[in-house]
Amino acid sequence: MIWNEKAECDNIDDRKVQQLYNLKKLVRHVYESVPFYTKKFDELGVKPDDIQSLADIAKLPFTTKDDMRETYPYGLLAVNEKDIVEIHTSSGTTGTPVLGAYTKDDLAMWSEVMARCLCMAGGTPDDVVQNAYGYGMFTGGLGVHYGSHTLGCNTIPAASGNTKRQLMLMRDFKSTILTCTPSYSLYMAEAAKEMGIDFRDLSLKSGIFGAEPWSDNMRKEIEEKLNLQAYDIYGLTEIVGPGVSNECEAHDGLHINEDHFYPEIINPETGEVLPEGEKGELVFTTITREGTPIIRYRTRDITWLWHDQCSCGRTTVKMHRLLGRTDDMLILRGVNVFPSQIENVLMRIEGTEPHYQIVVDRGESHLDEVELHVEVEPGFFSDETKSLEKIRAKIAQEIKQELGIAVIIKLVEPKSIARSEGKAKRVIDKRTL
Amino acid sequence: MKVKQISVFLENKNGRLAEVTRILAEKNISLRAMTIADTADFGILRIIVEQPDKCLELLKENNFTARVTEVIGVRLDDKPGALHDVMQVFEDNAVNIEYLYSTLMLMDDKVVIMFKVDDIDHGLDIIKKNGMEAITAF
Repeated sequence: MIWNEKAECDNIDDRKVQQLYNLKKLVRHVYESVPFYTKKFDELGVKPDDIQSLADIAKLPFTTKDDMRETYPYGLLAVNEKDIVEIHTSSGTTGTPVLGAYTKDDLAMWSEVMARCLCMAGGTPDDVVQNAYGYGMFTGGLGVHYGSHTLGCNTIPAASGNTKRQLMLMRDFKSTILTCTPSYSLYMAEAAKEMGIDFRDLSLKSGIFGAEPWSDNMRKEIEEKLNLQAYDIYGLTEIVGPGVSNECEAHDGLHINEDHFYPEIINPETGEVLPEGEKGELVFTTITREGTPIIRYRTRDITWLWHDQCSCGRTTVKMHRLLGRTDDMLILRGVNVFPSQIENVLMRIEGTEPHYQIVVDRGESHLDEVELHVEVEPGFFSDETKSLEKIRAKIAQEIKQELGIAVIIKLVEPKSIARSEGKAKRVIDKRTL
Repeated sequence: MKVKQISVFLENKNGRLAEVTRILAEKNISLRAMTIADTADFGILRIIVEQPDKCLELLKENNFTARVTEVIGVRLDDKPGALHDVMQVFEDNAVNIEYLYSTLMLMDDKVVIMFKVDDIDHGLDIIKKNGMEAITAF
């Protein structure tokens, strides 16, 4: 089923007219009401009237994650504070977060795009959606929740974790759609085996998996083990949360809800807009957002865009499953992690600059297993195992606090971490997706 | 009268200990005592050698994390109860032993036990006062 035929199957030219209308309105509004954008526009010498076609968007400044951090909390707010009905912040870190603020209309828009995504994954009002994304400041939980309500599904706010209960809920309430990270779904599969639960006896038909990179191989494995159809979903707090794009039954790219999130692909080095079909950095402008609208947000995600005559009937532009990042951000168990955060923790603990390496793998549990190798510098080498163990425990605890995930700390010999041209390779990602 | 012990950090992987012994062999450094403390991931090799300063230098040159730790070497008669006598003295005087190990050979028919204690000066003092013999070096 298609949730909003008018929007999703619209004639492409008609959609462009609507996009341009919304873009012009947005640009004028942020120029007049968000000092951050007034300044950015003025620096480039661009005025709202300069936007006469969609291609003119290239004249506008980019917004980066750093911009969003620097303007935290309310520096990007485009409405009165009293019109905000909900806020979310980016996942994972205890550093300065990134804010997404929602007006009532923003929540309605979010619910709408998320309802579309559920439909793309085969959802109907008769479905029972078991939502195992984390609830709270993370957008995953509530975003899916709102969409599921809007579609009219019975919504089970299971949240993440407590795997035995997940399986029990699935069995007792005959959940038909599961939403969670792809790795967690495989973890559930293992747990089910131990509990003697066979997914063929359950009612799941679809799974909507996101917040983590995964691959077609992993899709096959998930589909086999959980006896369902697996769909990729994409979203980010900076834009709206989950619901930016989703796969349809063709499983050939993710349809972007482009009437709300205008996408571009740019050359990450030069910032130049690339033609459709070329690989580059994905950039979004939230053309209908009220609370915290963002002009040309640089996602750092690498992909490409194309239009085709999709068998599902939707005419919206598609993005390819993510191909990588332009920065060194890692996604570990759905949490965004930058190696620099780990460096900060280590420097804080030892007062030195220890060498380290992050090794990520998916073990038998299918969840990301993260090892942090820290070289033992003469400065903190003690003759006693117990004091080394104490240092190790301290690093583990501080990392857990900083990143919100448990990491195995391994002390290694100095210079044992491979260096190329004097620079250590910070991340070894062994995950086969 | 403290003895310089060299402590070396070793990752738990093949060939690391052999790398240390290779360095010592090549430079003709004699081992007098040794022990390894190990955990699941790493070990600490503790050795007593004839030329501790040179040994430390060599290990550092070869990228090992190593340091000097001071320990007490107590010479004991090779007879039952000799070790206990020392332990009793330490216990009576509240000297806390962190670890101990013995040398690789007898010295003049006597056994030498290496003690790492919390307060080395106090420890040495106690040994002397109780008429026991602490060695200076090998």
